[in-house]
Amino acid sequence: MATEIRYDEVEAGTELAPQTFPVDRATLVRYAGASGDFNPIHWNERFAREVGLPDVIAHGMFTMGSAIRLVTDWVGDPAAVEEYGVRFTKPVVVPDDGVGAVIEVTAKVAAKLDDNRVRVDLTAVSAGQKVLGRAQAVVRLS
Amino acid sequence: MALDQSYVGRTYPPTAPYEVGREKIREFAEAIGDPSPAYTDPEAARAFGHPDVVAPPTFVFAITYKAAGIVVSDPELGLDFSRVVHGDQKFAYTRPVRAGDRLTVVSTIESIKSLAGNEILDIRGEVSDEAGEHVVTAWTKLVARAAGEDGEA
Repeated sequence: MATEIRYDEVEAGTELAPQTFPVDRATLVRYAGASGDFNPIHWNERFAREVGLPDVIAHGMFTMGSAIRLVTDWVGDPAAVEEYGVRFTKPVVVPDDGVGAVIEVTAKVAAKLDDNRVRVDLTAVSAGQKVLGRAQAVVRLS
Repeated sequence: MALDQSYVGRTYPPTAPYEVGREKIREFAEAIGDPSPAYTDPEAARAFGHPDVVAPPTFVFAITYKAAGIVVSDPELGLDFSRVVHGDQKFAYTRPVRAGDRLTVVSTIESIKSLAGNEILDIRGEVSDEAGEHVVTAWTKLVARAAGEDGEA
Protein backbone atom coordinates (compact mmCIF):
# COMPACT_ATOMS: atom_id res chain seq x y z
CA MET A 1 0.00 0.00 0.00
CA ALA A 2 1.33 3.41 -0.92
CA THR A 3 -0.83 6.39 -0.17
CA GLU A 4 -0.47 9.71 -1.93
CA ILE A 5 -0.13 11.45 1.43
CA ARG A 6 3.03 11.09 3.48
CA TYR A 7 2.86 10.88 7.27
CA ASP A 8 5.77 13.32 7.61
CA GLU A 9 3.91 15.98 5.63
CA VAL A 10 0.82 15.88 7.82
CA GLU A 11 0.25 17.83 11.03
CA ALA A 12 -2.51 17.67 13.60
CA GLY A 13 -4.99 20.24 12.33
CA THR A 14 -4.36 19.53 8.63
CA GLU A 15 -7.71 19.97 6.90
CA LEU A 16 -8.95 17.64 4.20
CA ALA A 17 -10.80 19.06 1.20
CA PRO A 18 -14.46 19.50 2.23
CA GLN A 19 -17.17 17.92 0.10
CA THR A 20 -20.90 18.34 -0.35
CA PHE A 21 -23.14 15.39 -1.17
CA PRO A 22 -26.61 16.01 -2.63
CA VAL A 23 -29.26 13.42 -1.78
CA ASP A 24 -32.65 13.04 -3.42
CA ARG A 25 -35.17 10.20 -3.49
CA ALA A 26 -33.48 8.63 -6.53
CA THR A 27 -30.20 8.56 -4.57
CA LEU A 28 -31.93 6.63 -1.79
CA VAL A 29 -33.63 4.17 -4.15
CA ARG A 30 -30.27 3.46 -5.80
CA TYR A 31 -28.58 3.04 -2.42
CA ALA A 32 -31.36 0.74 -1.21
CA GLY A 33 -30.82 -1.53 -4.20
CA ALA A 34 -27.05 -1.54 -3.94
CA SER A 35 -26.96 -2.11 -0.18
CA GLY A 36 -29.96 -4.39 0.18
CA ASP A 37 -31.51 -2.11 2.82
CA PHE A 38 -35.12 -1.75 1.73
CA ASN A 39 -36.49 -0.33 4.98
CA PRO A 40 -39.48 1.76 3.79
CA ILE A 41 -38.48 4.73 5.96
CA HIS A 42 -35.92 5.38 3.19
CA TRP A 43 -38.42 5.58 0.30
CA ASN A 44 -42.01 5.60 1.56
CA GLU A 45 -43.14 8.96 2.94
CA ARG A 46 -46.43 7.61 4.29
CA PHE A 47 -44.62 4.87 6.21
CA ALA A 48 -41.95 7.25 7.49
CA ARG A 49 -44.59 9.61 8.91
CA GLU A 50 -46.49 6.69 10.46
CA VAL A 51 -43.42 5.79 12.52
CA GLY A 52 -42.97 9.38 13.68
CA LEU A 53 -40.37 10.69 11.23
CA PRO A 54 -40.81 14.10 9.58
CA ASP A 55 -40.38 12.61 6.08
CA VAL A 56 -38.32 9.99 4.26
CA ILE A 57 -34.80 9.87 5.72
CA ALA A 58 -31.51 8.83 4.16
CA HIS A 59 -29.86 5.56 5.14
CA GLY A 60 -27.39 6.31 7.92
CA MET A 61 -24.97 4.07 6.06
CA PHE A 62 -25.30 6.29 2.99
CA THR A 63 -24.12 9.25 5.05
CA MET A 64 -21.34 7.17 6.61
CA GLY A 65 -20.26 5.87 3.20
CA SER A 66 -20.29 9.36 1.70
CA ALA A 67 -18.37 11.02 4.53
CA ILE A 68 -15.40 8.65 4.33
CA ARG A 69 -14.87 9.75 0.73
CA LEU A 70 -13.04 12.80 2.08
CA VAL A 71 -10.46 10.41 3.49
CA THR A 72 -10.27 7.95 0.58
CA ASP A 73 -10.07 10.79 -1.95
CA TRP A 74 -7.26 12.30 0.15
CA VAL A 75 -5.12 9.17 0.46
CA GLY A 76 -5.94 7.43 -2.84
CA ASP A 77 -5.87 3.83 -1.62
CA PRO A 78 -9.12 2.98 0.23
CA ALA A 79 -7.21 0.27 2.13
CA ALA A 80 -5.44 3.01 4.10
CA VAL A 81 -8.60 3.25 6.24
CA GLU A 82 -7.95 0.89 9.16
CA GLU A 83 -10.79 1.94 11.43
CA TYR A 84 -13.93 3.97 10.88
CA GLY A 85 -16.75 4.66 13.28
CA VAL A 86 -19.70 7.03 13.59
CA ARG A 87 -22.73 7.74 15.72
CA PHE A 88 -25.96 8.55 13.91
CA THR A 89 -27.15 11.62 15.82
CA LYS A 90 -29.87 13.08 13.58
CA PRO A 91 -31.54 11.79 10.42
CA VAL A 92 -30.91 13.35 7.01
CA VAL A 93 -34.43 14.29 5.97
CA VAL A 94 -35.00 13.98 2.21
CA PRO A 95 -38.15 15.75 0.97
CA ASP A 96 -39.65 14.98 -2.44
CA ASP A 97 -39.50 18.61 -3.53
CA GLY A 98 -37.28 18.38 -6.58
CA VAL A 99 -34.29 19.47 -4.53
CA GLY A 100 -33.80 16.94 -1.74
CA ALA A 101 -31.13 17.33 0.91
CA VAL A 102 -27.45 18.15 1.08
CA ILE A 103 -24.85 16.61 3.39
CA GLU A 104 -21.84 18.88 4.02
CA VAL A 105 -18.77 17.05 5.28
CA THR A 106 -15.53 18.46 6.65
CA ALA A 107 -12.57 16.56 8.06
CA LYS A 108 -9.24 17.26 9.67
CA VAL A 109 -6.31 15.36 11.10
CA ALA A 110 -7.01 15.32 14.83
CA ALA A 111 -3.93 13.43 16.02
CA LYS A 112 -0.81 11.73 14.75
CA LEU A 113 -0.57 8.16 16.05
CA ASP A 114 2.22 5.60 15.92
CA ASP A 115 3.02 3.37 12.91
CA ASN A 116 2.43 6.18 10.39
CA ARG A 117 -1.21 6.35 11.35
CA VAL A 118 -3.35 9.42 11.90
CA ARG A 119 -6.79 9.94 13.35
CA VAL A 120 -9.11 11.95 11.16
CA ASP A 121 -12.20 13.52 12.72
CA LEU A 122 -15.17 14.16 10.44
CA THR A 123 -18.23 16.35 10.74
CA ALA A 124 -21.37 15.93 8.66
CA VAL A 125 -24.15 18.51 8.64
CA SER A 126 -27.52 18.53 6.89
CA ALA A 127 -30.10 21.30 7.19
CA GLY A 128 -27.98 22.86 9.94
CA GLN A 129 -27.99 19.71 12.10
CA LYS A 130 -25.02 17.51 12.90
CA VAL A 131 -26.02 14.14 11.46
CA LEU A 132 -22.91 12.23 12.55
CA GLY A 133 -21.29 12.27 15.96
CA ARG A 134 -17.93 10.91 17.06
CA ALA A 135 -17.08 10.31 13.40
CA GLN A 136 -13.47 9.18 13.37
CA ALA A 137 -11.21 7.24 11.05
CA VAL A 138 -7.77 5.81 11.68
CA VAL A 139 -5.75 6.03 8.48
CA ARG A 140 -2.33 4.60 7.69
CA LEU A 141 -0.16 6.88 5.56
CA SER A 142 3.08 6.25 3.71
CA MET B 1 -40.28 -5.28 27.88
CA ALA B 2 -36.62 -5.56 28.79
CA LEU B 3 -34.53 -7.91 26.70
CA ASP B 4 -33.12 -10.98 28.40
CA GLN B 5 -29.65 -10.19 29.76
CA SER B 6 -28.70 -13.84 29.50
CA TYR B 7 -28.25 -13.26 25.75
CA VAL B 8 -25.14 -11.14 26.33
CA GLY B 9 -22.16 -13.03 24.97
CA ARG B 10 -24.26 -15.30 22.78
CA THR B 11 -22.53 -16.16 19.52
CA TYR B 12 -24.52 -17.31 16.49
CA PRO B 13 -23.30 -19.87 13.93
CA PRO B 14 -21.27 -18.61 10.92
CA THR B 15 -23.27 -17.45 7.91
CA ALA B 16 -23.08 -19.20 4.55
CA PRO B 17 -20.29 -17.61 2.43
CA TYR B 18 -21.12 -14.36 0.64
CA GLU B 19 -19.22 -14.16 -2.65
CA VAL B 20 -18.12 -10.60 -3.41
CA GLY B 21 -18.55 -9.77 -7.09
CA ARG B 22 -16.84 -7.03 -9.08
CA GLU B 23 -20.16 -5.79 -10.43
CA LYS B 24 -21.71 -5.64 -6.96
CA ILE B 25 -18.80 -3.47 -5.80
CA ARG B 26 -19.25 -1.26 -8.87
CA GLU B 27 -22.99 -0.95 -8.18
CA PHE B 28 -22.30 0.04 -4.56
CA ALA B 29 -19.63 2.57 -5.51
CA GLU B 30 -22.01 4.15 -8.03
CA ALA B 31 -24.76 4.28 -5.39
CA ILE B 32 -22.55 6.43 -3.14
CA GLY B 33 -21.35 8.37 -6.19
CA ASP B 34 -17.70 7.38 -5.71
CA PRO B 35 -15.71 7.31 -8.96
CA SER B 36 -12.48 5.89 -7.44
CA PRO B 37 -10.96 3.44 -9.96
CA ALA B 38 -9.84 1.22 -7.05
CA TYR B 39 -13.48 0.03 -6.96
CA THR B 40 -13.97 -0.63 -10.66
CA ASP B 41 -10.65 -1.04 -12.46
CA PRO B 42 -8.56 -4.13 -11.56
CA GLU B 43 -5.44 -2.46 -13.01
CA ALA B 44 -5.89 0.59 -10.79
CA ALA B 45 -6.46 -1.69 -7.79
CA ARG B 46 -3.28 -3.62 -8.61
CA ALA B 47 -1.35 -0.37 -8.73
CA PHE B 48 -2.30 0.04 -5.05
CA GLY B 49 -1.07 -3.51 -4.38
CA HIS B 50 -4.43 -5.30 -4.35
CA PRO B 51 -5.06 -8.52 -6.31
CA ASP B 52 -8.44 -7.28 -7.59
CA VAL B 53 -10.83 -4.36 -7.15
CA VAL B 54 -11.54 -3.52 -3.51
CA ALA B 55 -14.83 -2.48 -1.95
CA PRO B 56 -15.53 0.92 -0.35
CA PRO B 57 -15.02 0.84 3.43
CA THR B 58 -18.73 0.65 4.30
CA PHE B 59 -19.64 -1.98 1.67
CA VAL B 60 -19.30 -4.85 4.15
CA PHE B 61 -22.19 -3.54 6.22
CA ALA B 62 -24.60 -5.12 3.73
CA ILE B 63 -23.12 -8.48 4.69
CA THR B 64 -22.78 -7.96 8.44
CA TYR B 65 -26.23 -6.42 8.79
CA LYS B 66 -27.81 -9.35 7.00
CA ALA B 67 -25.89 -11.62 9.37
CA ALA B 68 -27.13 -9.57 12.34
CA GLY B 69 -30.64 -10.39 11.15
CA ILE B 70 -30.28 -13.78 12.81
CA VAL B 71 -29.93 -11.93 16.12
CA VAL B 72 -32.56 -9.31 15.46
CA SER B 73 -35.15 -11.86 14.37
CA ASP B 74 -34.35 -14.40 17.08
CA PRO B 75 -37.86 -14.94 18.50
CA GLU B 76 -36.44 -15.88 21.89
CA LEU B 77 -34.64 -12.53 22.15
CA GLY B 78 -37.89 -10.71 21.38
CA LEU B 79 -36.59 -7.47 19.83
CA ASP B 80 -39.31 -5.29 18.25
CA PHE B 81 -37.64 -4.62 14.92
CA SER B 82 -40.30 -2.13 13.80
CA ARG B 83 -38.91 0.25 16.45
CA VAL B 84 -35.23 -0.29 15.70
CA VAL B 85 -32.93 2.51 14.55
CA HIS B 86 -29.22 2.39 13.81
CA GLY B 87 -27.33 4.05 16.67
CA ASP B 88 -23.60 3.62 16.05
CA GLN B 89 -21.47 1.83 13.51
CA LYS B 90 -17.78 1.02 13.58
CA PHE B 91 -15.42 -1.04 11.45
CA ALA B 92 -11.86 -2.23 12.09
CA TYR B 93 -10.19 -3.66 9.00
CA THR B 94 -7.34 -6.13 8.72
CA ARG B 95 -7.57 -5.74 4.95
CA PRO B 96 -10.11 -4.36 2.49
CA VAL B 97 -12.92 -6.53 1.14
CA ARG B 98 -12.16 -7.37 -2.47
CA ALA B 99 -13.75 -9.04 -5.47
CA GLY B 100 -13.60 -12.81 -5.28
CA ASP B 101 -13.76 -12.93 -1.49
CA ARG B 102 -16.03 -15.55 0.02
CA LEU B 103 -16.90 -14.03 3.38
CA THR B 104 -18.56 -15.54 6.42
CA VAL B 105 -19.79 -13.63 9.45
CA VAL B 106 -19.99 -14.73 13.06
CA SER B 107 -22.31 -12.46 15.07
CA THR B 108 -22.08 -12.04 18.82
CA ILE B 109 -24.29 -10.03 21.18
CA GLU B 110 -21.80 -7.84 23.06
CA SER B 111 -24.21 -6.01 25.32
CA ILE B 112 -27.85 -5.37 26.06
CA LYS B 113 -28.83 -2.21 27.89
CA SER B 114 -32.10 -0.63 28.82
CA LEU B 115 -32.12 3.16 28.98
CA ALA B 116 -35.23 5.29 29.45
CA GLY B 117 -37.31 2.49 27.99
CA ASN B 118 -35.08 2.11 24.96
CA GLU B 119 -33.45 -1.27 24.39
CA ILE B 120 -29.88 -0.92 23.20
CA LEU B 121 -28.25 -3.88 21.54
CA ASP B 122 -24.57 -4.08 20.56
CA ILE B 123 -23.73 -6.70 17.97
CA ARG B 124 -20.22 -7.57 16.82
CA GLY B 125 -19.77 -9.22 13.43
CA GLU B 126 -16.44 -10.93 12.74
CA VAL B 127 -15.91 -11.26 9.00
CA SER B 128 -13.48 -13.90 7.72
CA ASP B 129 -12.42 -15.07 4.28
CA GLU B 130 -12.43 -18.61 2.91
CA ALA B 131 -9.04 -19.34 4.48
CA GLY B 132 -10.45 -18.34 7.86
CA GLU B 133 -8.36 -15.16 7.95
CA HIS B 134 -9.84 -12.09 9.58
CA VAL B 135 -10.94 -9.35 7.15
CA VAL B 136 -12.96 -6.86 9.19
CA THR B 137 -14.89 -6.55 12.42
CA ALA B 138 -18.13 -4.56 12.40
CA TRP B 139 -19.77 -3.23 15.56
CA THR B 140 -23.42 -2.26 15.18
CA LYS B 141 -25.47 -0.55 17.86
CA LEU B 142 -29.21 -0.95 17.40
CA VAL B 143 -31.70 1.02 19.46
CA ALA B 144 -35.27 -0.20 19.82
CA ARG B 145 -37.09 2.99 20.72
CA ALA B 146 -39.44 2.92 23.67
CA ALA B 147 -43.02 2.13 22.72
CA GLY B 148 -45.72 4.55 23.77
CA GLU B 149 -46.43 8.26 23.76
CA ASP B 150 -43.29 9.31 25.60
CA GLY B 151 -40.93 7.61 23.15
CA GLU B 152 -38.41 9.91 21.50
CA ALA B 153 -38.57 10.20 17.75
